[in-house]
Amino acid sequence: MNRRDILRRSAAAGLLATPAAGLLAGCATGGGDDKGDAGTYQGTRSEQNPLGVKEDAPLEVVIFNGGFGEEYAKAHEAMYTEKYPKAKINHSATQEISKTLQPRFVDGTPPDVVNNSGAGQIDFNGLVSQNALADLGELLAAPSLDIPGKTVRDTLLPGAVEVGSYDGRFLVMNYTYTVYGIWHSTKLFTERNWEYAKTWDDHVALCKQIKAAGIAPWTYAGAHPRYMSWPLISTAIKFGGPQVATAIDNLEPNAWKSDAMKAAADAWHQIVKDKYILEGSPGLDHKQSQTAWCQGKAAFISCGSWLESEQKDVTPAGFNMTVQPTPSLGAGDKLPFEAIRGTAGEPFMVPAKAKNLAGGLEYFRVMLSKRGAQDFTKKVSSLTVVAGATEGVELPFGLSTVVKALDASGANGFNWVYNNYYRKLERNLVDAACGEFFSGRIGPAEFLDQCQKGADSIAQDSSIKKYKRAV
Amino acid sequence: MRHGKYPLIVTFLVPPVLLYVVFVVSPYLQAFQISTTDWLGYSADANYVGLANFRTLWNDEYVWNALQNNAVLLALVPVLTIALGLFFATMLTMGGRKGRAGVSGVRGSAFYRTVYFFPQVLSVVIIALLWKEVYHPNKGLLTSALHAVGLAAPTWLGDPRTAFWCLLAVMVWSNIGFYVVLFGAAMSAIPKEIYEAVLLDGASRLTTLRKVTIPLLWDTVQVAWVYLAIFALDGFILVQLMTNGGPNFSTDVIGVRMYDTAFGSETKFGYASAIGVVMFFLTLSVAVLALRAGKRDRIEFS
Repeated sequence: MNRRDILRRSAAAGLLATPAAGLLAGCATGGGDDKGDAGTYQGTRSEQNPLGVKEDAPLEVVIFNGGFGEEYAKAHEAMYTEKYPKAKINHSATQEISKTLQPRFVDGTPPDVVNNSGAGQIDFNGLVSQNALADLGELLAAPSLDIPGKTVRDTLLPGAVEVGSYDGRFLVMNYTYTVYGIWHSTKLFTERNWEYAKTWDDHVALCKQIKAAGIAPWTYAGAHPRYMSWPLISTAIKFGGPQVATAIDNLEPNAWKSDAMKAAADAWHQIVKDKYILEGSPGLDHKQSQTAWCQGKAAFISCGSWLESEQKDVTPAGFNMTVQPTPSLGAGDKLPFEAIRGTAGEPFMVPAKAKNLAGGLEYFRVMLSKRGAQDFTKKVSSLTVVAGATEGVELPFGLSTVVKALDASGANGFNWVYNNYYRKLERNLVDAACGEFFSGRIGPAEFLDQCQKGADSIAQDSSIKKYKRAV
Repeated sequence: MRHGKYPLIVTFLVPPVLLYVVFVVSPYLQAFQISTTDWLGYSADANYVGLANFRTLWNDEYVWNALQNNAVLLALVPVLTIALGLFFATMLTMGGRKGRAGVSGVRGSAFYRTVYFFPQVLSVVIIALLWKEVYHPNKGLLTSALHAVGLAAPTWLGDPRTAFWCLLAVMVWSNIGFYVVLFGAAMSAIPKEIYEAVLLDGASRLTTLRKVTIPLLWDTVQVAWVYLAIFALDGFILVQLMTNGGPNFSTDVIGVRMYDTAFGSETKFGYASAIGVVMFFLTLSVAVLALRAGKRDRIEFS
């Protein structure tokens, strides 16, 4: 055997190791028995300890290290150990939740608290259908840690429980309260004497004016075009009422082709047709497009209320970003202009097989205390689901406009949850359709067809568990 | 000595074979088993479903779309990389014709050799981020260059018509350096006398490459072919980091489909394993075909 033979054979051996070794090596269905160590640590329940936490039981917390960082979690952990000084807390932070934790779920040794968020988030449909999550009902019934006379449920903003519920069981605690709207710079608008338009016709007229001034009216994250599905669906819901969202969430036939969705898609097509979008936007990712917007190259951008903290490093002083609801299509709209999409976000969960299950619930009680929530808002400039927790906290400009928008929206606020039920539908299928639509390669009818086709493929897939939204 | 032979061989062979079985062979076998289940990855429950995953796969238009992209990569990446690699290696080893008699590279060949190897030193992640900025539709190097000479630039990675070719270019770019070095090393093993004889006969550089160099390098080219074919069937890291298969699935490859099915938008580990099994057989067949098709009589010169 000469040297070339060796080279050639090692090439053949290389091919045995190359494809997918990572995925395949990670899979070990293992033992197969379903015995876990769930709730190994049990304490005695008392008035002071309604969840029955064992005071010296260790608690393992895994945090998604994204836009909010991990410092806020360390503060919550310190509050937990203040109450249980004998408990040892094992804190870790990662950006890859699914890759890091998947083997531990299979093994039956998951952590006690998981912040399942980010691009590497584990699909909740899969977790729920495999009974991998603990029921948090007990937490809701427990008294609040520092708001006297109220249970935890009483202290939460409306809609917070609904978002994390699957078939009536509260399984996911969404900690932040996120508002989705259209953002602009107050500074830019004051300088140019522009005013945010409340109706669609005025919005298009304003776009024309902005374009004439040499600024692109819109930009968006071409790599994640689903960001643009948010204002489009919002427009449809305000036009046709909340049942537009319910139909989409419940995968009803032709939900994406309702009259309201058609009206909204036609309206938004105007922005594309008249070239009111910053050139090159389809090739930008969310950071690049948001930065272009902060640099004043575009006037509007669609995003959630995490935008301000995400852009903190590149926002010029005095930029003063403001969130506004989507413009009304006309006088016939079912919801007023002020109605905005607000929802609980940033999911936390306690795995069903967590060793210190009670400790996990108690950790949530610490997070949902007034003190815990205020500390979070101060540290990361975001609202929590705890009502009134912003009292006495000085808010940055953008966040104060979020609070104002929420107040104005009041009981007219709306939301949809299909993205939680069927991650693939939003992240893959609607996303791709938005990319085609907002780059002008397809028209409104094809756009809705493509979305509907995606929804139908989910509806027909018997391996995906279906959920119905309670209304 | 004869008595001690077997214990010695066993001591040296058993540990690596064991490691190979535990960390390479057994995951593969397990993947075959998992691909026949409906395992969702986050509990120990998995039901045997026979070949149902493979039936679904046969009708999955997204998988076919990804495979089609892999097929184009397979057809183009090895040819382009090897052709350019051979060209550069030839120029660096025997391209120079001026001045002294004999065989030497073009002027500054040592410098070029280093420069060509740069991409090989960078990690794939850095290459992906670097090129993402080069392809930036507003302030990227390419767009600015085209604008500077008054041409309109496409949105590169943002347009389904161009995104795939942009990725293909990066794949070729990032691989070439290694093959320039590989071919260059093999070329310097060819006796100089052969080239001097060819020179005396007055052969052009192209003829020398075609009639002398390539036949003598055939084994190395074949190895390169197998490696590049495997690379073309994978391509996962670059695609995932640069476009994640978008826009509208135009740059999707089979590896990204598999990852997305298990860790991305779904948790279907059973189905993802089925995709992995298909990938395994595809890669195996391509490698065997490449080795078979390239079989020629070996020329020995030593």
